[in-house]
Amino acid sequence: MNNIKYLLLRRVTQIGILVLYFGANAWGWNILAGTFGSSVLFGVIPLADPYTTLQVLATGFVLGTDVLLGALIMTLFYFVVGGRAFCSWVCPINMVTDLANWLRRKLNLDKEEVNYRFIKRKARYWIMVLGLIVSAVVGIAAFEVLSPITIMQRGIIFGFGAGIAVIIAIFLFDLFGVKNGWCGHLCPLGASYSLIGKASLIRVKHDHEACTACMKCKVVCPENQVLHMIDKKSISVTDGECTNCGRCIDVCDDDALKFSIRSFGKK
Amino acid sequence: MANSDNNRRKFFATTLQSVGLTALGGLLWSGYSDEVKASPLVLRPPGAIKEEDFLAACIKCGLCAEACQNRDTNIDKVTGKARPGTLLMAKGGDHKLIGTPYFIPTEVPCYMCEDIPCVPVCPSGALDMPSLLNEKEELDINKSRMGLAVVHKESCIAFWGIQCDACYRACPLLDEAITLEYAKNERTGKHAFLLPIVHDDVCTGCGLCEMACVTEKPAIFVLPHEVSQGKAGSHYVKGWDKADEKRLENAQAEITTTERSEKSSEDYLNTEELY
Repeated sequence: MNNIKYLLLRRVTQIGILVLYFGANAWGWNILAGTFGSSVLFGVIPLADPYTTLQVLATGFVLGTDVLLGALIMTLFYFVVGGRAFCSWVCPINMVTDLANWLRRKLNLDKEEVNYRFIKRKARYWIMVLGLIVSAVVGIAAFEVLSPITIMQRGIIFGFGAGIAVIIAIFLFDLFGVKNGWCGHLCPLGASYSLIGKASLIRVKHDHEACTACMKCKVVCPENQVLHMIDKKSISVTDGECTNCGRCIDVCDDDALKFSIRSFGKK
Repeated sequence: MANSDNNRRKFFATTLQSVGLTALGGLLWSGYSDEVKASPLVLRPPGAIKEEDFLAACIKCGLCAEACQNRDTNIDKVTGKARPGTLLMAKGGDHKLIGTPYFIPTEVPCYMCEDIPCVPVCPSGALDMPSLLNEKEELDINKSRMGLAVVHKESCIAFWGIQCDACYRACPLLDEAITLEYAKNERTGKHAFLLPIVHDDVCTGCGLCEMACVTEKPAIFVLPHEVSQGKAGSHYVKGWDKADEKRLENAQAEITTTERSEKSSEDYLNTEELY
């Protein structure tokens, strides 16, 4: 049970948040209403996704203060809990891509020779910038047109329609195409949260003394390049791409990994 | 030396490749985005700003649709349960910009709630509350312009001479947005036509008339203003209307010059080509 502690916590959080959003529409709950683009917490506190906000601003539309304030609140929140904590603790697509990843290991598709590694992990940053440029050129928030994240969330709240095809496409892409293809290579929303994560407070810390170099953490990590310090140095994971999912902490038998507050100043 | 040269070449090559692929992606993405925003036959919630700006402004949060779904007046008095809301969130396959709110009058029209729950919740400004305020600074749903009802007179049975005033009676702005015009039925010689006429300075586009229409496919239907309205333009002015004449205030003469042809007018008669 101990080795799925954070996994369970994450699933409870993810599903719990979706239930709150669903209830807001279906039963008029007043806890968390809206969608990730813009929400209202307890009927008063505005929340807004920073990247979505930037896209709308890029179109040249002067947004209402609720959205601007909401985006600021979200940025500060993820600055504390770790930028891409959104990806692993909130985003519903995470459940789809985690399932694809798990099946990949079960079906022996995890080997390097069946992994089409034709996209670089840095591609998402190009896509993130491109999304803003396209928004400015076309005059609509460009990523929101095809974002599987909000398509899935709205699907759960209001009904999927043909939008379910996008979710299946992401699943197939991650299962048979590129390993961690969507979340780890393409998603510009994740990229924007990575930027926040570069400076965020809560991070995973490695204890080199306790590590037995079993490398289980690197097997489960969806962004295992961030774990470059394993069995080498006792430092925090500082790369923005780390999603704070805690799977590495779950699978570690040696207590060599734990969440901690990032220590600034010393390297 | 040779090694650093190689590194530099590789760096330039990969940078060039990244820029090129980004340009390719940008073209595809722009083309796709531009296509999906083209849906001129969509009816937006009350207070929606001009469609082109609305597509940019709407952050697709769904708060308007949720407020519509959970409005106090949406309880069925018989079953005590909530009826479906008017506003839908565009899904894949709806052929509207995905995630934006719209409504279909024949499914659920806008019931024109007095407190307009859908508009004040909009965080982005896509639904403009000030546009719905009356002189007393109160929310006034009658100021909304979601669309304009249009009558197709060939399928409207009132225009056949059959007595029907379903749309007239369904209209929340009774005898204002739709009036009945009397005309003599020359075919029978002794009956009257009661013809529904829509007035676009009053019609809100709620769609209750379209919902109420008795014909198989409604003969009265709501279309967005861009589609349902013509425009006389500046070449025509109502000379008898002081307000309309104001349009001439800043008018300037339009001077066009056509270059004088050097050819003789008879020249074309002597060529092979006549036209």
